[in-house]
Amino acid sequence: MTLQDAIQKLKTRFGAAVPAPVEFRGEVTVSVPREKVMEICRFLKTECAFDMLTDLAGVDNYGEDPRYEVDYLLYSLTDHNRLRLKIGVPEDDLVVQSVTGVWRTADWHEREAFDMFGIRFRGHPNLKRILMWEGYPHHPLRKDFPLAGIPAELPETAVDAGAVERAPMLGGPFFSGTGTLSSVSREPRQYDTIAEQQKKLKNPNKQEPV
Amino acid sequence: MAMQHEIELIESAARAQDAMEKGLGGERMIINMGPSHPSTHGVLRLVLELDGEEIVSARPVIGYLHRGDEKIAENMTYTQFIPYTDRLDYLAPLANNVAYAYAVEKLCDIEVPPRCQYIRVICAELARVSSHLLGIGCFGMDIGAMTIFLYTFREREKIHDLCELISGARFTTSYTRIGGLANDMPADFLPMLRKFLKELPATIDEVDKLLTRNRVFIERTREIGVLPKADAIDLGVTGPNLRGSGVEWDIRKAHPYGGYQNFDFDIPVGTVGDCYDRYLVRMEEMRQSMRIIQQAMDHMPDGPWNSPDAKILLPEKKAVLTKMEELIHQFINVTEGINAPPGEVYFSAENPKGELGFYIVSKGGGTPHRLKIRAPSFANLQAVPLMAKGHMIGDLVAILASIDFVMGECDR
Repeated sequence: MTLQDAIQKLKTRFGAAVPAPVEFRGEVTVSVPREKVMEICRFLKTECAFDMLTDLAGVDNYGEDPRYEVDYLLYSLTDHNRLRLKIGVPEDDLVVQSVTGVWRTADWHEREAFDMFGIRFRGHPNLKRILMWEGYPHHPLRKDFPLAGIPAELPETAVDAGAVERAPMLGGPFFSGTGTLSSVSREPRQYDTIAEQQKKLKNPNKQEPV
Repeated sequence: MAMQHEIELIESAARAQDAMEKGLGGERMIINMGPSHPSTHGVLRLVLELDGEEIVSARPVIGYLHRGDEKIAENMTYTQFIPYTDRLDYLAPLANNVAYAYAVEKLCDIEVPPRCQYIRVICAELARVSSHLLGIGCFGMDIGAMTIFLYTFREREKIHDLCELISGARFTTSYTRIGGLANDMPADFLPMLRKFLKELPATIDEVDKLLTRNRVFIERTREIGVLPKADAIDLGVTGPNLRGSGVEWDIRKAHPYGGYQNFDFDIPVGTVGDCYDRYLVRMEEMRQSMRIIQQAMDHMPDGPWNSPDAKILLPEKKAVLTKMEELIHQFINVTEGINAPPGEVYFSAENPKGELGFYIVSKGGGTPHRLKIRAPSFANLQAVPLMAKGHMIGDLVAILASIDFVMGECDR
């Protein structure tokens, strides 16, 4: 079955719900309504031989409406066709039907989209964070999340909760001041506090510790 | 001073009674394997539910190596992201470089010259050999055949020497550029590669003799971790693992990219989908990669090795210093990056671990709006619960080694 046949079949089955496909660099994208995504995926798998879900990607189009989108990258191992489905997800209703019942591989991919964008997949058997830790309060791939991150509490380790001491890195292992200081005094780990190190760097003529 | 302990011995009758009441399964134990365990090859954590030594369920927990590569990509130009691709599958950085370059070139509709394609083919195949050498070496070592590791690492060292010669770095190669390569091959690269190709078969044969008909190896891998064809497809498993399960699918053949249609090579497939099949597939893939490299060397085209468009690649330094237009291109290229058109592309390459895909959503300009990395190890690891169920803990080590995953690309 060619890709055109598959899209034709999809159109015949779902009619006006499936708008005209968009083609860019030989890749075909079909925007589908959010409410029908599971039905359409199941149809494509059973009737059009799209037996593999290559990837599932969340996208944050900040400032647009709907803000989020979820892209499904489908592949047919028998016909070697690629097809992309796209659904829009509005910010005030971040819920999408899960396709884990269609392809089992969607499990982790949907968890990742949930973790990174906060999109909830209804019907997912285990919708938990996957790359960030359980209890992390943010969704890092959202456009309003800063690149530098937001400080958050780390989960306590099972072994020595609370007893962990920070490694004395101060200015960081790559920090080096300018001036006439020797490499010994530039080494940040020899100071106990950042203030002490700054003080030392400001008065380079002061006697160095031997 | 001797200490005396009183040990309470439950009568056998009482124990039998106890077992009857609780069911013969006995008490289940939950243990953590990893995230820091030699056989989890990095920082994979497995939560195992055990009945004695038998695995009732295995649940992979990932994310310990998450560095936010996709977020980082959104905040830099396409070219600046190349070094980050080294750190995805860090056992085959050259192959990642190549895949990423083709993905951005697909977005920008750039065709690279044949010489560049051939050099990239050599790079990708060298990376495949390197990754499989490590995969098989660790596989052997994990299940007790220590020598294999030493032999394969000796050869892998030579590949690193070749990497150093061509890119200047042994591991973090960052060799490709959008629209070409960082530099042409040095003159002594091909002779050194020829020498390497002469030496490699001996080692592969040696490994073959040590493992393929080794009774201990066969008993540890045959019928262990069977991944049936239908499950493999449903779970999105790709690469040697999918082919081990008997699916003849290789992106280099199904959707030839970068000149792979000009090469003559075979795709090995397994029949059962157990650890042994996956091992055999990798062994044969190394031989096929050698065939490809040989052909690429024999038919290496002359001519330019990168795209002539100065709006994409940095112009020649001499021209930058003497000509106005080139200076402007250099400035725009470095500060703003390539002016990519708006649109969405997905490009995937057959990497040593499986299908490595880059899904780029561009809104125009020099940085991607979204760069989704489809990592083969991420999908492949989802098959662990299915493969491990019902086996012993010792077999799990063989199963993990046969999947040959890398947490760098799984967690990104």
